[in-house]
Amino acid sequence: MLEITDLVHSYGSHRVLDGVNIRAAEGELVCVVGPSGCGKSTLLRSVAGLIRPTGGRVLIGGQPVDRIPDNLAVVFQDYSRSLYPWMTAANNVALPLRRRGLDRRRRREAAIAALDQVGLADAAAKYPWEMSGGMQQRVSIARALAYRPSLLLMDEPFGSVDAQTREDLEDLVLRVCAHHGMTTLLITHDIDESVYVGDRVIVLTRSPARVAADLPVDLGESRDQIATRQRDAFVRLRAEVGRLVRGGSPTSTVLEKK
Amino acid sequence: MEHARVLRGVAGVAGFLAAAEIVGATGLIDDRFLPRMSTILRGAAELLVDGEFLADARASLAAWGLGLLLTVAVAVPAGLALGALPPVERAVRPLIEFLRPIPSVAIIPLAILLFSDNLHLRVAVVVYAASWPIVINTIYALRDVDPLAKETLRSFGFGPVSVLLRVALPSAAPFIATGIRVAAGTAVILVISAELLAGGAEGVGIYITEAASGNRMDLMLGAALWAGLFGVLSNTALVAVERRLFRWHDARTGAAR
Repeated sequence: MLEITDLVHSYGSHRVLDGVNIRAAEGELVCVVGPSGCGKSTLLRSVAGLIRPTGGRVLIGGQPVDRIPDNLAVVFQDYSRSLYPWMTAANNVALPLRRRGLDRRRRREAAIAALDQVGLADAAAKYPWEMSGGMQQRVSIARALAYRPSLLLMDEPFGSVDAQTREDLEDLVLRVCAHHGMTTLLITHDIDESVYVGDRVIVLTRSPARVAADLPVDLGESRDQIATRQRDAFVRLRAEVGRLVRGGSPTSTVLEKK
Repeated sequence: MEHARVLRGVAGVAGFLAAAEIVGATGLIDDRFLPRMSTILRGAAELLVDGEFLADARASLAAWGLGLLLTVAVAVPAGLALGALPPVERAVRPLIEFLRPIPSVAIIPLAILLFSDNLHLRVAVVVYAASWPIVINTIYALRDVDPLAKETLRSFGFGPVSVLLRVALPSAAPFIATGIRVAAGTAVILVISAELLAGGAEGVGIYITEAASGNRMDLMLGAALWAGLFGVLSNTALVAVERRLFRWHDARTGAAR
């Protein structure tokens, strides 16, 4: 579904991505974790077609990304800047659907349905600034869902909300991605989160970024904020990812499982 | 709080009027040159039933409204184009910086040569003078639009024109509206100045000239008073419209106006 091959990007003489290779199968939720400032956002922006990478190739569904693909949606960290304050939640969600050629009524129906999925059926007429941070990020997620992308990109989507809201949103993303069978690339600096949410965790090295490890997450389909985090497999994988993020080399125990 | 502010403003105006009346009553100022405040206010009140003045006021109002409408129609697209295309803006910038400080009233003699029709003349000077605040505000507001807001729409595959109209323009709208409000005040000045300098058949400026030559200082100042009051009222009305339309902007910036 998603193939990133030898992706290289430099800002001037400063190399940020140094030959990144990532594959994601249809319906897979892949977490990309790495030290802050390692180029995670540059990676996401290259996949989204928002910047043109210096080198390498990105294929989505076999199609090269040479402009902004129309089967993709992005959820940014900063919901307060990414939602439009002059529009209600429903209109924010409905706006991108203009690209789908839906008429006004169908856009509105799709927006209400998406808001319902993220538990905001009652907030359709509210403005973003009348909502809490968690609710605003739910609206952003609803906007991405309503667009029905085949690839969902999320850039630190839970970085600006409190811990409790963060857990709720993690479970929400797990639920809706599984429900829609959406391929998802989620970028985070949070090690716990990458293991909890991901089907696979890709660890990037310090800048310039390369893939340090590609680790499968053997925690099964259903996850629970308390029980999953207590499991041995979770604790072990979290420790491994943590070591890799800090610059360690892969240990044999985890590699054997690959 | 709003109430207290209005009350205080009324008190200030009443205090000024009373002080002016008292100074007039002491005979400190010759009331052939500056009539007593009560005389001016009576003159202003008389104007309300003066058919000639009302016709002049209507003519000035029409020139103001038409001029402002045309200004918005010209200046907003011009500001959008300059704000959206930085290379063009950089090329035009020196010209703007040169023209803008020239007192707009100074171009009225030129306009008198160019336009034979008095309405055209007034509308033209209004458009010239009142465009600046709108153009400048629009350029700066567009420059300050959040890049992430634009990128969000771009990531859904919208092109540059859609992003300009659906994100940049609404984001900039509160600042454009402020520019329009400043322009409305400038337009009042320009309409009356053009009438004073260029003469013509009707207009508040014409009425003022005629009252002055007839030595009716009370009517002359009464007419000026109405012009000032019109400026205050149009400003207040535009502030109210802005508050209604851009509630989202105040809520977000936490501005209490």
